[in-house]
This record gives sequence, structure tokens and C-alpha cells, in this order.
Amino acid sequence: MDNTQIKEAPQDASAEGYNTPVATGGKSMEIRNLKAYYGSYLAISDVNMEIQPNKVTALIGPSGCGKSTLIRCLNRMHEVTPGAPRVEGEVLLDGQNIYAPSADPVKVRRLIGMVFQKPNPFPTMSISENVLAGIKLNSGRLNHAQAAEIVEQSLHRAALWDEVKDKLGKSGASLSGGQQQRLCIARTIAVNPEVILMDEPCSALDPIATLKIEELIEELKAQYTIIIVTHNMQQASRASDFTAFMLAQDGPGHLVEFGPTQQIFTRPTQKRTEDYITGRFG
Amino acid sequence: MEQARSRALDAGVSPRERARFAVRRTVNLVMAGLVGLAALIGVAVMLFILGYVLVQGWQALSPTFFSQSAQPLDFDAKGQPIAGSGGGVLMSILGSLLILGLAALISIPLGLLAGMYLSEYGHGKFAFLVRYVADVMTGIPSIVTGVFVWSLVVITTGHFSAWAGALALSIIMVPIITRTVEEILRLVPNALREASYALGVPQWRTIVKVVLPSAASGVITGIVLAVARAGGETAPLLLTVLGNEAINWNPSQPTDALPLRIYDYATQPYAVRIEQAWGASFILIMVILVFSLLTRIATKGKKVG
Ligand SMILES: Nc1ncnc2c1ncn2[C@@H]1O[C@H](COP(=O)(O)OP(=O)(O)O)[C@@H](O)[C@H]1O
Ligand SMILES: [Mg+2]
Repeated sequence: MDNTQIKEAPQDASAEGYNTPVATGGKSMEIRNLKAYYGSYLAISDVNMEIQPNKVTALIGPSGCGKSTLIRCLNRMHEVTPGAPRVEGEVLLDGQNIYAPSADPVKVRRLIGMVFQKPNPFPTMSISENVLAGIKLNSGRLNHAQAAEIVEQSLHRAALWDEVKDKLGKSGASLSGGQQQRLCIARTIAVNPEVILMDEPCSALDPIATLKIEELIEELKAQYTIIIVTHNMQQASRASDFTAFMLAQDGPGHLVEFGPTQQIFTRPTQKRTEDYITGRFG
Repeated sequence: MEQARSRALDAGVSPRERARFAVRRTVNLVMAGLVGLAALIGVAVMLFILGYVLVQGWQALSPTFFSQSAQPLDFDAKGQPIAGSGGGVLMSILGSLLILGLAALISIPLGLLAGMYLSEYGHGKFAFLVRYVADVMTGIPSIVTGVFVWSLVVITTGHFSAWAGALALSIIMVPIITRTVEEILRLVPNALREASYALGVPQWRTIVKVVLPSAASGVITGIVLAVARAGGETAPLLLTVLGNEAINWNPSQPTDALPLRIYDYATQPYAVRIEQAWGASFILIMVILVFSLLTRIATKGKKVG
């Protein structure tokens, strides 16, 4: 039962030093017979998916079909949602079940980071404090040089460094929406995750900011496995390698079709996928 | 251009619509006036009280009033008390600080933790019970609290003490702090908690390091309000700290307090004492005003919720 144990994060908060974000390489994920409930209400049912490392996987589907619920099950954020949440099934990260009884949800979330729909930088913190938040909030000790290094590296990776390097001490809330979202990405990168989940990261942004995030996603997949929820079909076709189409027609949300993005968008095997992609419903 | 457009806007407006617009504008003005008037009355009453207390008590407000404890009154040949005699209220000021300090020591941690519990963990039946008890407790008349602590602490220990007073004030303060902290923490957007969880921060650290700091100024305001409310309480102190003519720093001994001293002097037959009661009232009001003003300034610019 090797896979019941979640291995330590490369840089655990309790460990001595934090290093600059290193390319640990993305890890694969596998979802097995996943069910998610709110109380007795079954929101998604029997989802099975294999997520390739260092690829971008898009979750698409009409609103309310369970995309957010599914993605929040992938780093155990579902269980901190209001509404008596519950999960059944398994989610493997690199072969290890994140729902194993011995798996610590807090550690799981350090390995599998998340970016939300609405940019949510910490309003009481400066830009650099925001980047360091994941480390500082876990009382990881950093000397000045290490901290500066992590801030610069993470902001570089999030393609934000040039825009904020002269105002690192300013509040994160002083940035534009698109910049805030990239700050949130930098904050996620700074704790060295292996997978980054994004729940409609661009839906609160204008087209130019959206494009920047998409370019960023393209760069990030060299180092991280990325799963992105989007209701924007063009975005899925532009930015992802694999696409999963979900639907909650008469019953709980479930996976209708999953495959390479190219294939899903050009020759879907399911009629319902085709109808959705061509805009005939949803 | 501006004029042309406004004329164009005006063009199709019927006299009836124009009349309706005039009515709306008048109603708006009247309402704004009423709201402003209400605010003005509130401020005026408060200034009037402050001014009245000052006028009544200014003669008592000499430097010795602040630097001396209570002294017996001096009487002139005709048997009248001499103005300016009778010492000061230093022991009451210090006593109030001691009792409030002890009460704050008990009730701030308790109220803060209970409020955090209700806002962050409180979904079940137990939380409902806690919330209900806190609400009922804020409604208990403070004299009842005094009698309760008197029979529980004063009778069993055999003497009045600052501890007993602090306990009685805590019973008043804890539910106020608990409920304000709960309400304030609930205003902190859930997105911030989620951002913290998603970085692998445990829940308790998230509460202490993200939620609480985001609500700092509101939490502090709640605590200040509770302290100010307790600072003016007389009834529970009558039955617990008793009063003391001299300065006392021993929490297990009877202690003086400003509201007690005001009550005591105001019921004496001598004009000098009554003046001193007014003077002490002025000090009490000023202490609370300055205290809340300082916290206002200290927490200015910080985010509430
Ligand atoms: N906190 C919650 N409590 C109860 N039901 C919820 C909650 N969040 C979402 N749901 C329900 O679960 C279903 C899936 O929602 P969601 O995952 O948010 O869909 P999507 O992200 O695809 O729009 C919907 O029917 C929604 O009403
Ligand atoms: Mg959603």
C-alpha cells in the first residue's frame, strides 16, 4: 500500500530552508470513481479521468454542471466549501491517493495549488508579502536574500516582475485585475506545487489580460501540470492540450467526453459534445 | 452643446412629469434634512451632557482632584464644608483602571476565542446554544450580575475585592465581545480564507494570520465598546468591590471605582461632595472618549472586514 502515503512537499514549511522555486516537473493525476456531495445532494458522479503531467487539461461544460466542484475535489478544497460537502472515490497524485486516511489535506494543497475565479490577493499584505504568504503563514523562516530571491523568481514566472518590481511594497489590491490574478499565480508558484488548478481564472478579466494569462499558462506547463476550468470554448481550444466536457443533464454532473483538445473540437464522438461546442445548447 | 442637449431632454417632458420631478426633488430634500437633523440632535445631546457635566463640576477639577485620594471635608466656623476640601478621586481613577484591566484580561481572550469559534467553526447545535446564551447574557440587568457574583464570590471568600468586580464586569463584557467579534469576522470575505487554505495553510493559522488581521479594526472597536460599557457600570461594582477611600493595588481587597464614587458623592448632603461627583463624572466621560478616540486613530486606515 505504497500509495496511501502522501510524500512530503519538496520544501515543507517545517523544514529548514525554502529554496527558490525549482522545476520539480509536473506530476500526473488520476481521478477514480469520484463522487462529490453537498449534504445529500449528489453534485458530480462517477468521474474517471487521467491527467497527463506537464499538460494543460481544460474542463468545459455549461454552468452548474459541476466543474468547480470537480476541480475543488482535486486538492481537497471541496471539503472546506460551505454546504456539508463530502467526497467519495480516489484522486491519485503521482500514484498516491490524496484521499487516503493518512493524507493530510494541508499538505495536499501545498502540492496542488489553486487559482480562483476572482483574483483574491490578501488585502492587508504588500505585493511581496503576498508572494511569500504561503511560506510566511506557515511560519517558514526566510532570510532577506532568500525572500527576495523567491519573490523575484515567482513574479518572473508569473510574468509580473517587470510591472511590479518598483512597487513591491505596495498593497496587492493596488494592481489591476489581470495583475492581481498573476500575483495570485505567483503566490501559488512560490510554494512549489506540482499541479496548478485554475477555476475560470480569466472570467473576471478583460481580453488583453486574458490573453496574457493564456500565454502564461503555455509557459507554466513546462514545470507544472495545469487543470483549468473555463466556460470559454475558444480559451479551451487555444490553451489546452486535453479537454473534458461535463454535463449535468437529468442527474448529477458527469464526464461526457474526454480526450485531446484537437479531437474534442474537431471530431467529438458524442452528439452532446458536438452540440455544446457548436453552441447549439448550454 | 450642453445646453442644446438639456433642451432636447426637456423637449418631450409633459407638465405632469415635470411636476412629478419637482415633488421627487422636494421629498429628497426633506428626507436629507430629516436625516441630517437626527444626526445633529444626537451630537447636540452628547455635547450638552458633556458641557453640563463640565459646568457643574469644573470647580472640583483642581490638580489635587487628580493627585489626591479622598480626604475628610474641612468645615468652617459656621459648620459649612470649605470649597476645595475633601481631597480628590485618584483612588477611584486607579481603582477603575485596576478593575477594568483585570476584567479586560479575563474577557478579551475569552470573548475573542468564543467569537472566533462562532464565526469560523460554529455551525452545529452547540454553537447555536453558545450564541443564544451570549444574547441572553447581554440582556441580563447588571444588578443581577452583581448579586450573582456577590453571592458566589464575595460571600464565599468573605470579602469584597477587585477580582469580584472584574468578574462581574467580565460577565457583561464577554458576550458583547463574543458577538461583535463573530459579526466582524463573518464580514471577512470567504475568498481570503480559501486563498489561504489553497496555499496549504491550516485553518487555525488562517484564522489567526489572515482572518483576524483583515478584521483588526472592527475587532478592536468591539473590544473598546465593551470596555467602555463596563467602565460606566455601577450596580455590579456596588456589590462586589465596595469602594475604598485609599489607593488599593491588591486585587483581593476592596477597591474604589469612578462610578461608585460618583454614586456615593452624589447622594451626600454637601455641595462640595456633589461638585466632586460632577467632576468625577467628567473624568469618566473623558477617559472613555479619549480611549475610544485613541483606538480610532490607531486603527485608522486598516480594513474592516
Ligand atoms: N456550496 C454549495 N452547496 C450546495 N450546492 C452547491 C454548492 N456549490 C455548488 N452547488 C451545486 O452543485 C452543482 C455544481 O455546481 P458548480 O460545481 O459550482 O458548477 P459549475 O462550476 O460547473 O458552474 C450546482 O447544481 C450547484 O447548485
Ligand atoms: Mg464554477
